[in-house]
Amino acid sequence: MLEVSKLIQGDKRTAAKIITLIENDEPGKHELLSQIYPYTGRAHVIGVTGAPGAGKSSLTDELIKQARKNNLKVGVIAVDPTSPISGGALLGDRIRMQEHALDKNVFIRSMGTRGCLGGLARATKDVIKVLDAYGCQVVLIETVGVGQSELDIMHYADTTLVVLTPEAGDHIQTIKAGIMEIADIFVVNKADLGNTKKMITDIEQMLDMSPRFKNGWRPPVLITSTLTQEGIAELWSTIGHHLASTSASGEHQEVVRKRLAMEVMEMVEENLRNALWNYFTVKNNLTELIDQLADRHTDPYSEAQKFVREISDKIFGKEH
Amino acid sequence: MARKIRVLVAKPGLDGHDRGARVIARALRDAGMEVVYTGLHQTPEQIVEAAIQEDVDVVGLSILSGAHMTLFPRVCELLKENDAGDIVVIGGGTIPEADVKTLKEGGWAAQLFTPGTTIETIVDWINANVKVN
Repeated sequence: MLEVSKLIQGDKRTAAKIITLIENDEPGKHELLSQIYPYTGRAHVIGVTGAPGAGKSSLTDELIKQARKNNLKVGVIAVDPTSPISGGALLGDRIRMQEHALDKNVFIRSMGTRGCLGGLARATKDVIKVLDAYGCQVVLIETVGVGQSELDIMHYADTTLVVLTPEAGDHIQTIKAGIMEIADIFVVNKADLGNTKKMITDIEQMLDMSPRFKNGWRPPVLITSTLTQEGIAELWSTIGHHLASTSASGEHQEVVRKRLAMEVMEMVEENLRNALWNYFTVKNNLTELIDQLADRHTDPYSEAQKFVREISDKIFGKEH
Repeated sequence: MARKIRVLVAKPGLDGHDRGARVIARALRDAGMEVVYTGLHQTPEQIVEAAIQEDVDVVGLSILSGAHMTLFPRVCELLKENDAGDIVVIGGGTIPEADVKTLKEGGWAAQLFTPGTTIETIVDWINANVKVN
């Protein structure tokens, strides 16, 4: 019923329905993704991350405009948090992007994180592929408003923007590990609030001390205001420059290859974990085992070891 | 993973009273639904486009301007034109009883909630009438 050929031809409803199926982990998901895969790897994936209220949605809206000026087809994935209490979500990023609703070359999809803690939804990486195959030349991903360590975006975006605001903390904040390390481009947004200089100096100093920027791409620090349009065009050209530059040096291709290996590994891990755990619960009476653990007749470490040894003996033989 | 009900809450037309829409959006979130809110002053065309891209099960229109007899039919027509007539359209606002009857009988709205409706009523109605598969 859901035909990949229709997706490739740019059928909007098909794209939307395939995304839903993937998001819900419904049967047929893997077959669909296998069929979609040959049509992927073409889009420039741009990640927009930063603290809540830094202006990610408005900035994403500006980037949509820039891409459309260049006649590029755009996909947007806007992620907002799912409630850990109710499982529901209020997806409000679209409000800032609604003027593109009628543009046939813009497809915007809101996603709830659904329990994923890395700033994206679990299905985001597969939805990127759907939009890529749908023909989007640019895919913009807006993460949830992040703190310091929701960094999943770095694994999926070709170019990651970290969006900050002028008064977003002192020098120590800029030298902490985490979000400040994953930017390909720093954006000091809301420049209209003034006092951008201190933030820029802090970031530049941090970059001066990072050995890994000695060669290759050093993340530029740009100033933007979606209110006055300051820096928006420059940001767009810098994004293009980043991909061109890292492609020319081979850095980009290397990252892409690493990601592919990681993706297979993750899938193997996930499937193995489920299969092994199923096997474990069939072999062991779980209630009995838990009773024994609770009574301290045995311990989790030995039980896990025993099971793993038994499995590896079976797979690799006793001599491995 | 269990299928979640996805709802688009939209405010078509010119009135700027979005408190009600925001309260409903929040309440549906607390009822475990994924709610896409598109903000004020939306045209029926924008609403239908968003509903398709977001693949929602329900479109909820909040109308306090008196233009409901135009806006509900227009949204329903556009959904049908886009092969998305399966999306359930409901609404709320200051809609006179006679108009409620006309809209429901005409198939322009599956259900309408007027002032005084409790949040539970709306949540229960959606859970009972919207099938996700």
